[in-house]
Amino acid sequence: MTKMTMVEALNLAMRQEMEKDDRVIILGEDVGVDGGVFRVTDSLISTFGEQRVVDTPLAESGIIGTSIGMAVYGLRPVCEIQFSGFSYYIFHQLEAHAARLRHRSQGRFHVPLVVRTPCGGGVRALEHHSESREAYYAHTPGVKMVIPSGPRNARALLVSAIRDPDPVVFFEPKALYRAFREEVPEEEESMPLGQPQLVREGDDVTIISYGAMMVPVLEAADSLKEKDGIVAEIIDLLTISPLDDTLIASSVQKTGRAVVVHEAPRSFGPGAELVARLVEKSFYYLEAPVKRVTGYDIVYPLFAREKAYMPDTGKIVQAVKETLEV
Amino acid sequence: MPRSEIELPYRIEYLSILDENGNLDKELEPDIPDDILVKLHREMLSGRRFDERMLNLQRQGRIGTFPPIKGQEASQLGAVATLKNSDWMVPAFREALAEFWRGKPRENFILFYGGYDEGGAVEEGRNDLPVAIPVGSQMLHAVGIGMGIQYRRKDDVVMTFFGDGATSEGDFHEALNFAGVFQAPVIFICQNNQWAISVPRSRQTHAKTLAQKALAHGLPGIQVDGNDVLAVYAAAREAVERARTGKGPTLIECFTYRMSLHTTADDPKKYRSEDEVKEWEKRDPIPRFQAYLTQKGLLTDEVVEQLEADIAQEIQGAIDRAEKLMAREVDPLDMFNHTFAELPPSLILQRQEAELDLSLRKEEDRHD
Ligand SMILES: Cc1ncc(C[n+]2csc(CCOP(=O)(O)OP(=O)(O)O)c2C)c(N)n1
Ligand SMILES: [Mg+2]
Repeated sequence: MTKMTMVEALNLAMRQEMEKDDRVIILGEDVGVDGGVFRVTDSLISTFGEQRVVDTPLAESGIIGTSIGMAVYGLRPVCEIQFSGFSYYIFHQLEAHAARLRHRSQGRFHVPLVVRTPCGGGVRALEHHSESREAYYAHTPGVKMVIPSGPRNARALLVSAIRDPDPVVFFEPKALYRAFREEVPEEEESMPLGQPQLVREGDDVTIISYGAMMVPVLEAADSLKEKDGIVAEIIDLLTISPLDDTLIASSVQKTGRAVVVHEAPRSFGPGAELVARLVEKSFYYLEAPVKRVTGYDIVYPLFAREKAYMPDTGKIVQAVKETLEV
Repeated sequence: MPRSEIELPYRIEYLSILDENGNLDKELEPDIPDDILVKLHREMLSGRRFDERMLNLQRQGRIGTFPPIKGQEASQLGAVATLKNSDWMVPAFREALAEFWRGKPRENFILFYGGYDEGGAVEEGRNDLPVAIPVGSQMLHAVGIGMGIQYRRKDDVVMTFFGDGATSEGDFHEALNFAGVFQAPVIFICQNNQWAISVPRSRQTHAKTLAQKALAHGLPGIQVDGNDVLAVYAAAREAVERARTGKGPTLIECFTYRMSLHTTADDPKKYRSEDEVKEWEKRDPIPRFQAYLTQKGLLTDEVVEQLEADIAQEIQGAIDRAEKLMAREVDPLDMFNHTFAELPPSLILQRQEAELDLSLRKEEDRHD
């Protein structure tokens, strides 16, 4: 095992899938010679050549539209959209076609493409470079929406996304790209999509989160345990949609309390769906209202104010305590 | 005859007036008032120096990532200098110098790239849209403004800027098409600086020029030496005149070069050769124009020296003003401003929540 950053782990996933399967090709802006602006596709072009690592013209709709055609033809395009803030140009192709061709052709065609794109804030970036808009994609029937939280699960989930027979939007929390390293096995490893993971066991409260927010969530759990003797159970969604709520329901049926954390805006966000599921399936077990710790429903501020926007450890701790006071 | 050439109303021309060796085409030399010529030079130089200072500030961590303009001074200023105050300008994100010409205070640039939303403010009376970072998206807005001008029967025009990369986006073609169909008073200025981050111009289109994209949409297109401020000015003036007199839109491709980084987060060594950059340094827009003005008797070495000193002071002033604003503790809760005309009840609650959260964070800091 080697200790890898998320960037290196994602690179490994693509490299190995490309070695095994000549249907896998990479498309995007600056993914070839430059190796991607975050270097996620670094040096893949020198191994696999320009035919398989394609620097495209600057056109996101073009990238996804042509990828749909390739996918229908039997290839496995893995597209990079440089920042999720520029993915809105792909939205029409994704919603109108990628997500529907299977249904429209009544099973004759399917669209096994992956859209990889960096998401989230915390890196002192320009406008459109810090948003978390996973809800748009999670709200699109026929599309899977995945967000890893560390190098190892990023690698394993990307492998599954590439092998998945349906379109997957794969958000990469850019704040985690180089934030820490993890052991990532050289041998093949994948992880099923659509399965939240129990990260820590606890009896007092369930904290549900995903992506970059897993970092302050785990810090909050440490602090709660040390300072207050509160033991939180922690669930990492990993796949936002389709959402499997089995684990969430059983956890909250045990703890009776839940806090949901994401940096995306609150209203109509993933947290709203989680709370709805809890109300539907675990209402009689709840001992306190479920709390949401999220970004606000505003335009993401430029970086002088982004700390104020972003949920932090203290805010999560506070929410957990309030939940336990009831 | 079954097969014959279809005659198109336009052909693609290339315009160069003052070349890199200082050769001047007397016949094409535009008639530009001396004060404008001198101002053009001053602002080009000021842009170059500003860029250098910003790179310094960025390297020192005093501002964040920003897109340098080095090399594109002539193709921005030559174009924008042909506008009246009441005209409109719709920039992409690399046209800081054009924005300064239009009156944007330099400290706003520093604030914006220093992470303060306040830097995006557009002063009353300056008819410019703020920067548009999503590539290729803003030209349609220019066409819409042009259609509004037509509707109100005004004689103003709209100038919009975008890069070579932007011509690959579908929105670019929609903008040209709408402008053509409705004969909107729009001047499309393509800053073809040969690169879109690491992707060369040849990867954006198989076509020989970007100017010819106009033909398919039924409008005139011209390619100009973008490092020749006289050529850019002459072509833009013609296009502005056409738009102002109801004769419709024009596409101008300024053939120029991004002499610096894409943004300060970029490493061009990965994808382009030093030789290429060196070649283009010979075609730098500033020295040839400076020589031209000197020959015309409008500049002397002493004047340039004085200019440099004035410019340095001006830039320092902008930095000081911006840093003063940044040092002042800005209210983080201002992030709720300008979300809507009025903050709805749900957001008033979120604002209160943020206020409480921030005060708790302050207390925690004190305890630590
Ligand atoms: C829709 C969109 N896609 C991708 C990006 C990331 N990006 C920023 S600038 C740029 C290249 C732009 O090239 P060009 O239009 O030639 O303008 P230049 O940077 O050369 O001024 C890219 C890909 C973006 N800002 N917007
Ligand atoms: Mg360019």
